[in-house]
Amino acid sequence: MSGAYKPKVAVYKFSSCDGCQLSLLNLEDELLDLAGAVEIAYFLEATRAEQPGPYDIGIVEGSITTPHEEERITEIRRECKLLIALGTCATAGGIQALRNFTDADRLAENVYPHPEYLHYLTKATPISEHVQVDLEIWGCPVNKYMVLEAIAALLQNRKPNFPPYSVCMECKRRGAVCVLVSQGIPCLGPATQAGCGAICPANGRGCYGCFGPWPGANLESLAPALKDLERYPGEAMRLLRNFAGYAPAFRKAADSIKE
Amino acid sequence: MLNNPTINSTISLPKTEFDTLLAALRELGYQTIGPRVRDESIIYTHIEKLSDLPQGYTSKQGPATFRLVKSNHRRYFDVIPGAQSWKQFLFPPRTHLFTVEKVERWDIQPNAEKPPRYAFIGVRGCELAAIEIQDRAFLRADFHDPVYRARREGLFILAVNCLHPAGTCFCASMGTGPKVQGGYDLCLTELEDTFLIEIGSELGRDVISRCQYEPASGFLQSAAAKGLERAAGDMGRHLSLDDLPSLLTDNLELEHWDEVGKRCLSCANCTQVCPTCFCWDATDHTDLLAHSTRRERVWDSCFNPQYSYVFGGNTRPTIKSRYRQWLTHKLGAWKEQYDTFGCTGCGRCITWCPVGIDLTEEIAALRKEAQA
Repeated sequence: MSGAYKPKVAVYKFSSCDGCQLSLLNLEDELLDLAGAVEIAYFLEATRAEQPGPYDIGIVEGSITTPHEEERITEIRRECKLLIALGTCATAGGIQALRNFTDADRLAENVYPHPEYLHYLTKATPISEHVQVDLEIWGCPVNKYMVLEAIAALLQNRKPNFPPYSVCMECKRRGAVCVLVSQGIPCLGPATQAGCGAICPANGRGCYGCFGPWPGANLESLAPALKDLERYPGEAMRLLRNFAGYAPAFRKAADSIKE
Repeated sequence: MLNNPTINSTISLPKTEFDTLLAALRELGYQTIGPRVRDESIIYTHIEKLSDLPQGYTSKQGPATFRLVKSNHRRYFDVIPGAQSWKQFLFPPRTHLFTVEKVERWDIQPNAEKPPRYAFIGVRGCELAAIEIQDRAFLRADFHDPVYRARREGLFILAVNCLHPAGTCFCASMGTGPKVQGGYDLCLTELEDTFLIEIGSELGRDVISRCQYEPASGFLQSAAAKGLERAAGDMGRHLSLDDLPSLLTDNLELEHWDEVGKRCLSCANCTQVCPTCFCWDATDHTDLLAHSTRRERVWDSCFNPQYSYVFGGNTRPTIKSRYRQWLTHKLGAWKEQYDTFGCTGCGRCITWCPVGIDLTEEIAALRKEAQA
């Protein structure tokens, strides 16, 4: 590949915790290969050196929460051939989208002494609500190997090999005990997109659904079943309104079991 | 102490001698695998000694519920196991098949790892029947699966007769238990103070001859027989087989299929815990520049939409169609394909379904509608 054209990659940050960008930097064993295969042209979390656009691949972390971000994402879309939304903030609004279920102005008044200095949107929204997104990588944070797979697939001109099924598949394959059945813990695993490797259930916690709903999820059946398992009132609704709570399927399910 | 146990004879092994038996198996080169308590359930994993087993436990099982119960008894094999089955050792959930590397030309390196030799400790009648069903899929005369065969051929089986079935058990309906039907090296029945052991093979005889055993008195043998008779009547579930498979194959458009399709999550748990389900997928993992590709085999499921995706569309696009496919295969087409049902009555699909879909109840509901 030496001498061959190296695609230029830009990594952008919007409203987010930086965890997904860090998962890129955490690709310690693969980082040298990655730097050999693509040109990291813009990645402020990693380096101050900037190369001007246009870029072949734009990777966007975070959700759109301010008027300025709304403008900036449109400009970014123009300078990137392919746009990847990285992490559940970028794909579903993230944890800050909890504001979407309440009155954001009232929250601002309660938290800040001078809310008039804030410039925010009343809803935190995914990138795809603003511009066309070519690929979404879900997770809070993302699985770094899925990011690597996405880049490998682009370099090899093929579809990324992402698991197209529920978290239960990964849970059973690793031999973890189902926390829902053995302990009665509400778990979003049956409705959640695989990819994390079932980390939470394997550590005795119910799945928080941070990889978002899988396309075949049957929440009409799961949501009432989770409600029956509640250990305190509203637990199932809060579980659905979590990291990926603004994803349409989770949103609808939470509304359906609201008191 | 007798000197010469014979095949098909029954001996009595004091519980204190069980560690000798396990040690003998390890001396012969086996990894001893058995039930252990973990994470509020029972898993199958390495065991070294009798005290590793779940002494004093039972399990309370129902649709979508498994509870480990600590009881006052001192028995080791009373607890009906959890979601895991022996399938995970013979047909591993993830297997590295080969790696292809481009050095100067493409070079295929098969996985050269030596297959483990397992001794399974505590295989239930339903589970042993399930292994024999998977044999029919993986060890055909015209085709065999090398991964499965390597593990299956080196296998030692210590089976256990079930004396305390759980709420989702129906092996008596399927004719696979509670008494083990054969195919073992040793078969154990646990009584209060001793293990009664039937010797099923030359290898089993060899292992027992290394232990300090005693003759099995008529009193002990009749206690075991009575326990088994009682267990057969204690099944939590029942499945009538009289009209199968035609009940399913002749009634593909019943309304009840829609009803169960609404409840089913298509999460695939039932197929992953099923000891006979054998579907798999092969996936390739490439490095960044595709100079090295690793092919893995992983458990798959007919409940995953991608499983029935063929170029241009999905042949089973709805949950209803996938549930119907699963059940009509298990208790219908399987019979024609393998001359046996694909179900042994272990009840795992009922216990480990997150919404408690009960195969025995679904069959009953389908029958009721078909006869109406």
